[in-house]
Amino acid sequence: MRYFLLALMLATVAAVGVAGFRGTLSRKPPIEVFPDMDRQAKLRPQVPNAFFPDGRSSQLPPSGTVARSRKMVAGNESVYPFEEGPLTTGRITGTTNFIELNPFPVNVSFIARGQDRYQITCSPCHGAQGDGKGSISKYGFATIANLHDKRISTQPDGELFNTVGHGKNTMSGYASNVSIDDRWAIVAYLRALQLSRVAVIEDVPADKRALLKK
Amino acid sequence: MSDIFPKWTNKLPLQIAVGALLMGTAVSAGCWYYLTPKYTRVGYQPIQPVGFSHATHADQLGIDCRYCHNGVEKSWYSNVPAAATCLNCHNAVLSTDPRLELVRESGRTGKPIPWVQVHKTPDYVYFNHSVHVARGVSCVHCHGQVNKMDEVQHAKPLSMAFCLECHREPEKFIRHPKEVYNMDWAVAPEVQANAGERFVREWKIEASQNCSACHR
Repeated sequence: MRYFLLALMLATVAAVGVAGFRGTLSRKPPIEVFPDMDRQAKLRPQVPNAFFPDGRSSQLPPSGTVARSRKMVAGNESVYPFEEGPLTTGRITGTTNFIELNPFPVNVSFIARGQDRYQITCSPCHGAQGDGKGSISKYGFATIANLHDKRISTQPDGELFNTVGHGKNTMSGYASNVSIDDRWAIVAYLRALQLSRVAVIEDVPADKRALLKK
Repeated sequence: MSDIFPKWTNKLPLQIAVGALLMGTAVSAGCWYYLTPKYTRVGYQPIQPVGFSHATHADQLGIDCRYCHNGVEKSWYSNVPAAATCLNCHNAVLSTDPRLELVRESGRTGKPIPWVQVHKTPDYVYFNHSVHVARGVSCVHCHGQVNKMDEVQHAKPLSMAFCLECHREPEKFIRHPKEVYNMDWAVAPEVQANAGERFVREWKIEASQNCSACHR
């Protein structure tokens, strides 16, 4: 009996010694204990797949195709996302001139959406206040624009929209990361942000002025 | 009458019973401890082709999760960003660093970076990211504090029991949508109790527990 107990103890120690404890860091992929249908012959996004010549499961759309879509509606304009119009390009159709005003009706929820998207996408560089002092600016990205510069605050809405989507100078375009309506929302929020820098006390409704502490 | 069995065999049945019991216990304990995702998955930390640090980008620089994982609110899966997203900054920051050569190459040629997937649900599980983040399930719940990880590791078991823990009592886990991407957010239990119940009521959350919710 004592040999059996000894053997059992040794086996346990050996098992723990080999297998370790829960949560131990490991470079090896997880063991799938009952791997019956864990990995099926189907496509998962963004993983290697030998079926296609380029070896990826997420295929790029064939050139010349457009995604199925609905018309986007803003005010009395409606346009497909792939069509050219003021809503999608920020320009007056047939010209290179930018449209002066945001085609979307600007209200509180639209600006709030813009604020949300601005803080995700723009603030790392341009900073939460738009002054170009985001966290990235401290790490060798020296040419970040201050969005309160007169050069930028006097641009028409359409030009800002174009810059968000297609970039300018060292800034890359965000057209593939931020949808068209979100880009317009960012423009609307940027206007609010710029206005906040040049605001005077008369801009605040009379009954709210007391809330501002000097 | 001669001894057919020697005297020590008298104890044998008891010894066998005790031995079997001990063996059984050891084997069951081993299975319980080792054969669940708490052991098999947690701690998985593959070597990635590029040493991307979430701690640097998300914590130190304060970049929102969605700057890179920009599809998570709309899609069932949370995408790995295109190299172009990295290059938005890395065109200027560390633009000649050899550690980023794969990223630059991917940006030039479109060749994918062979990132190693850490969190991989079995193929018979349907999980939709967008609905969870829209209803107050934070990244932290399933992925741990990724913002503190230099190398991503599998922090939670993501087993069926793990999913059901929250699906049975969503009010204990869900938070305000504004805090979903706040990886350091903490709340007092009594505040959570009130807020959680309110969210469940107001958002009409019916966290499914039927089989076909996930195994569809």
